[in-house]
Order: sequence, then C-alpha cells, then structure tokens
Amino acid sequence: MNSIWEYANPKKFIQTTDKVLPWVSILSCVALVVGLIWGFFFTPDDYRQGSTVKIIYLHVPSALMAINAWMMMLVASLIWIVRRHHVSALAARAAAPVGMIMTVIALLTGAIWGQPMWGTWWAWDPRLTSFLILFLFYLGYIALWAAIENDDTAADLTSVLCLVGSVFAVLSRYAVNFWNQGLHQGASLSLDKEENVADVFYHPLLVCIAGFVLLFIALVLLRTRTEIRARRMRALLARERMG
Amino acid sequence: MMPELGKYADTVLSAYAVSIVLILGLVLVSLLRAKKVKSQLQEVEMKAKGNG
Repeated sequence: MNSIWEYANPKKFIQTTDKVLPWVSILSCVALVVGLIWGFFFTPDDYRQGSTVKIIYLHVPSALMAINAWMMMLVASLIWIVRRHHVSALAARAAAPVGMIMTVIALLTGAIWGQPMWGTWWAWDPRLTSFLILFLFYLGYIALWAAIENDDTAADLTSVLCLVGSVFAVLSRYAVNFWNQGLHQGASLSLDKEENVADVFYHPLLVCIAGFVLLFIALVLLRTRTEIRARRMRALLARERMG
Repeated sequence: MMPELGKYADTVLSAYAVSIVLILGLVLVSLLRAKKVKSQLQEVEMKAKGNG
C-alpha cells in the first residue's frame, strides 16, 4: 500500500493523474448528462413551486460544491502549513476558481428562482449573505495568489486567508439553523429521510450531485497538473535568469 | 420532447443557460490553459537542455 504522501511528489502526481483523469472526466460527463436530463425532462412539477423545482438540480449541487471546495482548500492549506508539500498548496490554488464558479452558479440560480417564488432577486438573508461573503473570499484568495510573485509566500498567506474564510464556508452551510429569520428554506438533503425532498426529485438530484463532485475532482486534478507545470516553468526561467 | 414549463419557462431555461455557460466556460478555460502551459514548459525544458 503506497503512502498518500507519495502523491506530494509532483512527478508521481502527474503520472497517477494521467491514468485517473480520463476516467473521472468521463464519469462526471455521464453523471451530469444523465442527472440533468432526468431532472429536466422526466420529473414532475412541484405542487407549490411549479416547474421552477427543476432548478434544484443545478442550485443544490453547486451550493454544496461551493462550500466543499473551500473545505478541500482548507485541508490542502493545512497540509501545506504543516508539511510544506507544494502539490497541496497548488491543489488549493487550482480548486479556488472552480469553487468560485460553483458559488456564482448557486447565487445566480438562487436569484433566478427567488424572483418568482419570493418576489425578489435578493434578500439579506443569513444564508444568501454568507454565500455572498464566501464568493468575496474566493475572489480575495485568487487575487492574493496572483498578486504575490514568490510561490511559497503566496501559499503561506493564502493558507491563512483560507483558514479565516472557512468560518464563512461553515456559516453558509449552517446559517439556516443558526438564524430563523431568513427566507431561505432548510436543507434539501439530510440523513434524516423526513427532511429530504420527495423521492421523485431526490434520485435525479443525487445523480446530479455525483456529477458535480466528479466534475470538481476532474477540474481540480487538471488544474493542479497545470499549476505544477507552471511552477516548474517559473523555476526553470528563474534559474536561466540567474545563470 | 420539451417538457411543459408553463409560466416559469423563462425562469427555468435562464437558470439552465447561465449554469451551462459558466460550467462549459470553466472547462474550456481550464483545458486551454493546461494545453498552453504544457507546451510552454516543453519549450523551456528544451531550451534548458540545449544550454546544458
């Protein structure tokens, strides 16, 4: 059994992802296409929400990934802080734009759904507001990486920002439970079956969530490989300038 | 084949359109950058080898 730390070696990481990436990409495409087609074409309207219930297949998985992407960045940042593995810092950097797009999708689909259902595009509801702050943290995180030339310093500072932003990632998830005054309803998915949406919506939703998770993994693997190569290129160019 | 979306057709279709455009855009940008960086690195490595 190989140690997980072997993948902290950039060469080993690229070799392994050479084999894994095509499969994850194919699986994510299949799950997304099946889940979205199932949800869009073959599920009934909700008795209260009408056909807008179909937005759940985009909104819930993207919101879930927006939070979990930040959590993945947190774990990668902690590994960087504790063990100084460059691949983990680069994986966190690679995940940020993916998480940010997921946050944008969650915010936009929520606003589009909210207009006919709540009568407003936006409300300063605890969950919506914490999601907006999470989006701003993503922007700040990406900007900080871009602003600092030294990779190790950038990794150190962005890791600290990631730790701070985790508060809002957690808050985005549990805001509905903390404050009751918001417009946003409770979770659509729960380990408690009674809190779940009806089975007819639940099963295609699970397939869509699987598709979004796999898409996230595929994109993070692809982008981490790119960041590893970009870092090597910067190192070679710096060596050339010194020589 | 198109399901009957009723009075919320614009709402549902715009949510799907925005999301699909954003996802495809992200995938495309990621693929193009991966290709560009890979070829740039190959060039730099060749040059570095050439310089000994």
